[in-house]
Amino acid sequence: MATFTLNINGKTQEVDVDPSTPILWVLRDNLKLVGTKYGCGIAQCGACTIHLNGTATRSCMLPISSVGNQEITTIEGLSENGDHPVQKAWLEVDVPQCGYCQAGQIMTASALLEQNPNPTDEEIEMVMNGNICRCGTYVRIRKAVKMASKS
Amino acid sequence: MTLVKTKIGRRAFIRNTGLAGGGLVLGFNWLASCKMTPEQVNSMPKEWFELNGFLKIGDNGLVTIMSPNPEIGQNVKTAMPMIVAEELDVAWKDVIVEQAPLNTDIFTRQLAGGSQSIRQGWEGLRMAGATARQMLKEAAAQAWEVPVGEITTSEGVLTHNASGKSAGYGEIASAAAGIEVPEEVELKEQKEFKIIGTDRMNVDGTKIVTGKPLYGLDIQREGMLIAMIVHPPAFGMKLKDMDAESVKSMPGIKDVFPIVVYPEDAEKQWSDGGAIAELAVVVGNSTWECMQAKKALQVQWEEDSKPESTAYHDEALTELLNTAPKEAARKDGDVEAAFKTAAKIVESTYSAPFLAHNTMEPMNFFAHVTSEKAELLGPIQTPEFLEMTLVSVLGMPKEQIDIHMTRMGGGFGRRLYGTFAVEAAVISQKMGAPIKLVYTREDDMTQGTYRPSYKVRYKAGLDENGNLIAWHVRGAGTNDDLIFENRFPAGAVDNYLAEKHSLQTNVTTGAWRAPRSNFIAGAEQAFMDEVAEAAGKDPIEFRLELFDRAISNPVGNPEQNDYDPERYAGVLKLVKEKSNWTNGTSGKSRGVSAYYCHNSYVAQVLDLTMNGDAPNVDKVWCAVDCGIVINPLSAKNQIEGGIVDGIGHATYSAMSFKDGVPEQSNFDSYRLIRNMEAPKEIETFFVDNGIDPTGLGEPSLPPISGALANAMYKATGRRFYKQPFISDKPPLVG
Repeated sequence: MATFTLNINGKTQEVDVDPSTPILWVLRDNLKLVGTKYGCGIAQCGACTIHLNGTATRSCMLPISSVGNQEITTIEGLSENGDHPVQKAWLEVDVPQCGYCQAGQIMTASALLEQNPNPTDEEIEMVMNGNICRCGTYVRIRKAVKMASKS
Repeated sequence: MTLVKTKIGRRAFIRNTGLAGGGLVLGFNWLASCKMTPEQVNSMPKEWFELNGFLKIGDNGLVTIMSPNPEIGQNVKTAMPMIVAEELDVAWKDVIVEQAPLNTDIFTRQLAGGSQSIRQGWEGLRMAGATARQMLKEAAAQAWEVPVGEITTSEGVLTHNASGKSAGYGEIASAAAGIEVPEEVELKEQKEFKIIGTDRMNVDGTKIVTGKPLYGLDIQREGMLIAMIVHPPAFGMKLKDMDAESVKSMPGIKDVFPIVVYPEDAEKQWSDGGAIAELAVVVGNSTWECMQAKKALQVQWEEDSKPESTAYHDEALTELLNTAPKEAARKDGDVEAAFKTAAKIVESTYSAPFLAHNTMEPMNFFAHVTSEKAELLGPIQTPEFLEMTLVSVLGMPKEQIDIHMTRMGGGFGRRLYGTFAVEAAVISQKMGAPIKLVYTREDDMTQGTYRPSYKVRYKAGLDENGNLIAWHVRGAGTNDDLIFENRFPAGAVDNYLAEKHSLQTNVTTGAWRAPRSNFIAGAEQAFMDEVAEAAGKDPIEFRLELFDRAISNPVGNPEQNDYDPERYAGVLKLVKEKSNWTNGTSGKSRGVSAYYCHNSYVAQVLDLTMNGDAPNVDKVWCAVDCGIVINPLSAKNQIEGGIVDGIGHATYSAMSFKDGVPEQSNFDSYRLIRNMEAPKEIETFFVDNGIDPTGLGEPSLPPISGALANAMYKATGRRFYKQPFISDKPPLVG
């Protein structure tokens, strides 16, 4: 066990965990930030996507020891009142079915738009390809990303 | 308005006075962590009045409606309360929805399965709203001393025009709670609907997009421990021994032990399908620490029954296809005689592998079992059956067992089989502590109640004019006999023979979204395409001719057929028109398919271009007859999801076994459809016929693999008989 100081959603948080612990489990078990989801544990489904210094990152294979003081943003910290353009677009298009993967989808989409505010349809598909939606809401996901890019 | 007796769901109207007027009732306490905004707190009523088990009205006019059935992503948590709100005649903005816990005294069929929540809940939900509305009217009539028949309602306001009196529901709710439950109530006509048939956003939408705790895996409790299981590595194996001591000292680990989940005398329900009697268990403080101990744990297994491989299943199913069963499932006329006179014969065999459900949220459950009571909370499609099993396994009466359902990160049939919840309860009982059982993705994928593997052979005979004169289908599946003998084209062909076999295996199988239909629909509709081609006819016209036959001169007793040929033909005609079938789309290859299941009719046209071996689906047109559509916005979402799901699994997914060991265990070996592979566009059209609502969560999935295979044939000149159509490994992402 070791003590780590993390910068999460603009706040400093201290945790005492094994250095190998992935950020996903630090968030969920230690900090009770459960919006970031566990889906596969091998960085293949995207449910655990967070922003690390603004870049979409899979938190399930990201050991706490590798993070240092980099800025972590989770779905809880994406916006103060749930009004990030991507969140608003997600609601307007009524994207979710079961909803479980959607936090990860939103984190991937919001990082994309941060770096590329006007992505083409192909760029949206390519970037969103890393996030599995088992309910098959892909058509709506693309539509919501497009809508958010225009706002 | 239609006057009806309140005969259905009477139990729901035996009011629980313990709750009536009990002030603000918050959701189950873990949900209390979802803080309400100040606006929400300010707008909360000071007092709630329960008019029946489905709803309570606040003194300020807010209405809480309980959603009785489990929510797995089919959006019943929005749709079911919409039906209550419609008949209560309240504004949707004034409605708060809560997930009801299991309560068999009030609710019937609290189950998510078979696309039946809306169909079977329809009357009871309408009654619940209409009864409360009638009680409000009675109370207002008494207060104003006017005849009840002169009182009208609109969006939560009662009005008596002659006297000019008017009051909100909140003002009358207290008096209404004391009114006798009426013997008969008025139900609205479809044309009077203001909520049903309109687009309403998912009631949990905001919580979902802001990452609020909603799912079983999100549960946190004071003193809660994490539990994980180690299950046999192969089907046909059982626990022999384990070296618990060596991992007990690992960081954060509380205990490690073998556990009997299902004693030999346990009274199991059908929902215990896939149950493993004895497991190895790791309990600790955190998920990551449990994962490490689980990896380090040495467990010895022994053979329980002969391990099986996919190659064996394939051979055994093929052998069954070559064998006539003792009895036909259905026999009209004489197929053998007809084949002898046929001008043309077409014969093809189709197959599909086992599939895992792969809900994005792996199996998990919270349990806190003490000597006094058992509290269970988590994702379960069959809470009522879970309760029955717990009575037997925990040795506790039903009254001491509380089961609450969380929103579920997908179901697809997997959470019909609640063995994981039973495991959680038994582990909590042994530990004497609240625990959350968590499956890893690998646990989840390798301990399935899988979609069975299937094979089916079709043989059709055509006369010299291209008329279908004989149809023979023989199907076989693992632990499942696949064939619906009374579905189309039964009743439309003079000589018809349906035969079925089931191959017993020790690989556990169960319902997977649209059981059996999920394979047989695509196979049948791909074969239909081959037969239409052999007949030299347009595939839609060929089908419509058969429906005409089933309408005008059905073979056998038409009551025996479990489809309505007019509604079936209706969706085909609709999709033909909407897709501009006759002209097609330039440069695209096109396929059609239609199927009936879960009481609903679906027809689809699919356009694609090939990208090497892979289909690039440009557009799907989908016509649906599911009667009245409650919430078109989310109904279309269900249709789109079913289409993506159906294309994905038919094209990319498979589960296979080697000596009982699953060969796929995570998304690097099991391929699921991804964003780039999903159709570019899906357009859905509903038939507006005012018929009471039928299934929606499943029916769009089954036919789409037929439309896809038919379009791929147009593009490549090859027929696709074997699923998955593409057997490549998943591409690595990230």
